[in-house]
Amino acid sequence: MSAELLKLLLDSFWETLIMVGASTGIAALAGIPLGVFLVISDRGSLLQNLALNRSLGALVNALRSTPFIILLVALIPFTRLIVGTSIGTLAAIVPLSIAAIPFVGRLVENALREVDGGLIEAAQAMGATPGQIILKVLIPEALPSIIAGLTITIVSLIGYSAMAGAVGGGGLGDLGIRYGYQRFLPDVMAAVVIVLIALVQVIQFGGDRLARRFNHR
Amino acid sequence: MSSLPLTPHYRDALPARFGGLAAGSSTGHPDGIPAPADAHARLDAPDARAMVEVRGVVKRFADGQRHVEALSGVDLRINAGEVFGIIGRSGAGKSTLIRCINFLERPTEGEIVIDGIDLATLNPAELREQRRHIGMIFQHFNLLSSRTVYDNVALPLELAGVPKAEIRKRVEPLLELVGLASLRDRYPAQISGGQKQRVGIARALANEPKVLLSDEATSALDPETTRSILALLQEINRKLGLTIILITHQMQVVAEVCDRVAVMEAGRIVESGEVFDVFTHPQAEITRTLVQDVVREALPEETVRAAQAKAADGSRLWRITLSGDSAGEPVITELVRRFNLSINLLQGHVDEIRGRPFGSLLVLASGSAHEMDAAVAHLAQRNVSIEEIPHVG
Repeated sequence: MSAELLKLLLDSFWETLIMVGASTGIAALAGIPLGVFLVISDRGSLLQNLALNRSLGALVNALRSTPFIILLVALIPFTRLIVGTSIGTLAAIVPLSIAAIPFVGRLVENALREVDGGLIEAAQAMGATPGQIILKVLIPEALPSIIAGLTITIVSLIGYSAMAGAVGGGGLGDLGIRYGYQRFLPDVMAAVVIVLIALVQVIQFGGDRLARRFNHR
Repeated sequence: MSSLPLTPHYRDALPARFGGLAAGSSTGHPDGIPAPADAHARLDAPDARAMVEVRGVVKRFADGQRHVEALSGVDLRINAGEVFGIIGRSGAGKSTLIRCINFLERPTEGEIVIDGIDLATLNPAELREQRRHIGMIFQHFNLLSSRTVYDNVALPLELAGVPKAEIRKRVEPLLELVGLASLRDRYPAQISGGQKQRVGIARALANEPKVLLSDEATSALDPETTRSILALLQEINRKLGLTIILITHQMQVVAEVCDRVAVMEAGRIVESGEVFDVFTHPQAEITRTLVQDVVREALPEETVRAAQAKAADGSRLWRITLSGDSAGEPVITELVRRFNLSINLLQGHVDEIRGRPFGSLLVLASGSAHEMDAAVAHLAQRNVSIEEIPHVG
C-alpha cells in the first residue's frame, strides 16, 4: 500500500474516532438523563408522570425505528442550523448523536430497572430525596450495566459512521466504500476491515474491563 | 429451629385435634395471671411514654377493579424503649403495617403518630426529616452492592448532609458495635447473610433514630445467625434505649426478644399483650397455632387415644399450666400426697419465656371423684391453671 493510501487510512481512522467519540459523549450526556427520566416517570416510581413518560417513549421508538441513512438525510436542515454546514465530519456528528440518544436512553432505562426496588425503598426510609436516590443509589448500582450499554453504543456508532460518507463525513467506512469498492482496491478494503475489527475488539475489551471494575455484585 | 432453647417435645404435632381438645371444659384462668385481653389496661400505664401510636389505620390497595383491604382498622400503642413484636402468617398485613409506620405506605385512613408527630400532617421535606429518626432493617438487607460496608453505613449520613469527618466519627463506633470493624472495606457480596444484616443494623442506627423498624430481619437467616442478630437487637435496645418494632412470622423471635406482642390475622390485631401472657394463655386460635411453633403442646395421636381409653374408667385428663411463681411448685407431689391420686404423666415441659418460667403438664389422674374435685379447687387457689380435657367418644 502506498504512503498516500496509508495517510488516507490514518485520516479516516481519526475521522471515525472523532465522529464516534463526539456522538457517544453527546449521546451519554443526553441519553443517561433520558433513561433516568423514563424510569422515574413510570407508574409507581419516584416522579410519576405518565403523559410525559408515554410521549417520550413514543418519540424514542420513532427515532429508533427510522433507518439511519434516512435520519441522516432528513436531519440535514437541522444539522445546518447547528453546525452551519451539512457536509463534513462535524456535520455527521449531529445525526449520529440524534440516533444514539434514544438508543442510550433505552439501554440506561433497562440498566436502572434492574436495580432492586428494595434499595430505593431503603433509601426512601432513610429520608433520601428523589435526586439523592438517582445519584447515590440508582446510577451507582446500575453503573456496570450502564458502562456495558455505552460499549454497545460505541460499537453500533462505528457501524453507523460508515454511512456518514453520504454527507461527506469521511471515516473508515467511507474510505472502504470509495476506494475499496468503487475504485476496486481490495487491499484498501481489507485494511479498512482489519482496522475496524481491531478497533471494535479494543473498545469491547476496555468496556468489559471497566464494567467489571465497577461491578461488586 | 430445633436448636432454640424452647425445644418442642414432640415431632408429630396434631394442631387440629389439639384445638378441638383444648376447646373443652376448662376451669378457667386463676386470678393472678392476667389474661392478654386485660393487657391493654397496662399499655396505657401513665408512666410509659408512647413512642409510636397507630390509630384506626386502614390500608386499601387498588388491584385492577377490586380493592384489597390489607389493614382493616389497626390500633397500637408502642412505648418508648420497648421491643414490640408483630406476628402473623404471611398475608396477615404485618408488612403493610410496618411500612405504614414510616409512611413507605400511606394509610388510607387513620393516623400514625411518632413521638407526638402525626406523619400525615408533614410536607415531603418534613417527612424525610422524620424518617431519618426511624431506622429500618429488611429481610433481604437492601445494602448497596456498589458500596463497601463502611460506605453503606455512611450512606444515611451522606444523605443527611453530615460532613465527612463527622461521618467517620459516627460510622466507626457503629461498626465496632455490630462487630464489623475488620470488614469495613469489604463489599456486601463478600460477606455472609448475618454480617449483611449487621451492616443493615449499623446503617439503620447511623442517624441515631428514635425507633427501629425490623421487617422480617431474621427470616432469611439460619437459626444460629438469627439468634446472634436478635442478641444484637436486644443489646442495642438496652444500651441505647431504642424502641424496636419487629415483625416476624417466627414465634421464637418474639419469645426471645420482645417485651410485648401483637398477633395479626387478616388485617387486624386479634390479640396483644405481654409476651409471657400471650404465650401462656393464648386467646385466639391463630395465636395457639403460632405458640405451638415454640411450645409444642400437641400429643401424638396414639398417646391421646390410649389416654382416652383409660379415662373411660373414671380417670381424668388434665392439662396443668404452671407459670411464673407456681412453676417451681411441687404440684404433682401434692396431688399424690394430699389427695391420694394416682398421676400418670403423659407430657410435660418447663421453658423460660422472657426470663419467667413456664411449664405445661399433661397428666392422667385417677382416684375418687371427690378427691379429684378437691384437687382441682386446691390448685385453682394456688394460681395453677388446670384444665380438664374431655374424652371423646
